[in-house]
Amino acid sequence: MRVSLFATCLVDLFQSNVGKATVELLERLGCEIDFPESQVCCGQPAYNSGYTKESKEAMKRMIDTFKDAEYIVCPSGSCAFMFHEYQHVFKGDPVWEPKAKKLAQKTYELTQFIVDVLKVEDVGARLEGKATYHTSCHMTRLLGVKEAPMKLLKNVKGLDFTELPGKEQCCGFGGTFSVKMAQISEQMVDEKVCHVEETDADYLIGADAGCLMNIGGRIDRKGKPIKVLHIAEVLNSR
Amino acid sequence: MPMKISNEQFKERVSKGIHDDFMRGAVSSAQDGMGVKRRIAAEELGNWEDWRSHGEEIRQHVLENLDYYLEQLSNNVAKRGGHVFFAQTKEEANDYIRGIVREKQAKKIVKSKSMVTEEISLNHVLEQEGCEVIETDLGEYILQIDDHDPPSHIVVPALHKNKEQIRDVFTEKLGYTKTSKPEELAAHAREKLRQEYLTADIGITGCNFAVAETGSFSLVTNEGNADLVTALPKTQITVMGMERIVPTFEEMEVLVSLLTRSAVGQKLTSYITVLTGPKEELNVDGPEEFHLVIVDNGRSNILGGEFQSVLQCIRCAACVNACPVYRHVGGHSYGSIYAGPIGAVLSPLLGGYDEFKELPYASSLCGACTEVCPVKIPLHNLLLKHREVIVEKEGKAPISEKLAMKAFGLGAASPTLYKIGSKLAPTAMSPFKDGDKISKGPGPLKAWTEIREFPAPNKERFRDWFKNREEGGK
Repeated sequence: MRVSLFATCLVDLFQSNVGKATVELLERLGCEIDFPESQVCCGQPAYNSGYTKESKEAMKRMIDTFKDAEYIVCPSGSCAFMFHEYQHVFKGDPVWEPKAKKLAQKTYELTQFIVDVLKVEDVGARLEGKATYHTSCHMTRLLGVKEAPMKLLKNVKGLDFTELPGKEQCCGFGGTFSVKMAQISEQMVDEKVCHVEETDADYLIGADAGCLMNIGGRIDRKGKPIKVLHIAEVLNSR
Repeated sequence: MPMKISNEQFKERVSKGIHDDFMRGAVSSAQDGMGVKRRIAAEELGNWEDWRSHGEEIRQHVLENLDYYLEQLSNNVAKRGGHVFFAQTKEEANDYIRGIVREKQAKKIVKSKSMVTEEISLNHVLEQEGCEVIETDLGEYILQIDDHDPPSHIVVPALHKNKEQIRDVFTEKLGYTKTSKPEELAAHAREKLRQEYLTADIGITGCNFAVAETGSFSLVTNEGNADLVTALPKTQITVMGMERIVPTFEEMEVLVSLLTRSAVGQKLTSYITVLTGPKEELNVDGPEEFHLVIVDNGRSNILGGEFQSVLQCIRCAACVNACPVYRHVGGHSYGSIYAGPIGAVLSPLLGGYDEFKELPYASSLCGACTEVCPVKIPLHNLLLKHREVIVEKEGKAPISEKLAMKAFGLGAASPTLYKIGSKLAPTAMSPFKDGDKISKGPGPLKAWTEIREFPAPNKERFRDWFKNREEGGK
């Protein structure tokens, strides 16, 4: 199965290890990975700040980049959701709306792709330790992917899993919200870190680089001994 | 009290909220409690998503046919001997009500809870007329005697106060001598209020739903205060936002089912009062004269536009109770009588962007509000829509942000620029690096790194790794 990877700019620039894990994991599951080079950012930072006009250029570029893809897989619920959102942004546009609809139809978040398309729930991963999982808002509420990461994590050998208290609460990232409303964001991420500590976990796992950068950055600043892992890294560990 | 409740800057209000430990304790425990109750009540009803869709359908139908239902409602109120007044502005509404007060030479007015009368600053107008105005909803009463402290929640206006603070207010203002037990506090307020109902000249209420087919209106309360406000004074004035209509009792039942569950996690509230016009010959109680004031105050400008769905709101505050931002900053930070996500959408529409331009940004767009809304208002999308209007139509975004986004537009859309920029990132950021992280970032990163570490860009981008791997034959 040919998979076109939409790596996201955060992974490309700051978390290449997540990209690597995604590639290795999918290859092990029998996929052939392609990384269309002309991919840029999905436009979400500008779009969510109200700069729709500016973000449309990035969106068009992404639509063109992935037009020949069979499956598009993205290791981020939020960025994958953005691909699904394009069709609403271009609503009424005779050229771009149909293209955006096609893009959405073949775009999957990583765990969603593994569970729903590849029909795999046990990827044969092993990781020893106590873990908890942050359910990202865009992935669960907007993209509607709730069960897939849980199904996959349940089958990771050696992982002692504890549910995160207040798991539905936003971590305070929200893209530009994290700097524009820094005071409020700080309170939100602090509550999240407190909840993570309550679980006594060695690992905080998530499926969205943005949320993980936020929570992880705060955990680091506070000097807490909790390791933050993207779910791709967990599923790729053996 | 006008819609705007503070002259302080947004940041100062937020800072005050964040440092108010009492308020934050009260808000987070209320949110947690009400969140659980709401979920249980929704599950008990069953097919919650179908109910929500039905609620949405009803509200949309009413908004699409509002002219028809407003006419039907006013004809039916008139048929039953009531007076109807359409107020385009808050001044018109207040002038009309002032006229009634003068005609009746009213001295004392009792009120049941109403957000729309807060919106038009009715109490202030009545007090200027020399009337004594008494709020009878317990929450509103507490705020009123506490030197007009503004409401911080549309359903639970005194949510920001805990029971000890309420006891202190009662002790200071009412000579209360008992404990902070809620039962004792409520009993004291009840005793005080009972005398007021009996001696009031006019009763003023809000309106949860007006039924067009019969000319009735309903009030949903847990205290029964609305019954007394409407039963005892000789003159009654009901003030409603022009969108608060249902076609018949059948639709009202659906919306009440959604409202009480979403607002307080109850199947039904203790009282759902339905009244139709002034009292008739055989009625023992009820007003001799009934006035319905239908307030526009900016609503018809919202109708037919991209924000129309906000008028579907049935004021349950489920979005407020689910909002992580409200949780930490409290209602007063919004600077509007309408707080939380619904307030952040509604306040700029009714009160203008000049006063409320920060509110649409006071959201991480997490979508918790949209998820719980019983009439499916896409609240987080409307917040996004506001941001778009602020940037593109109002031109109120900061210049530095505009330039950054312009650069983003160019950089993100051009693979060449993106590649060059991202290639240079590790070098550009190297002066700020501290191992594999950045602890004191420049420019926009400053706000980030004041709170958290920022990762240093990888020396080898993912795309380079991928390319090398392909070329090296894996």
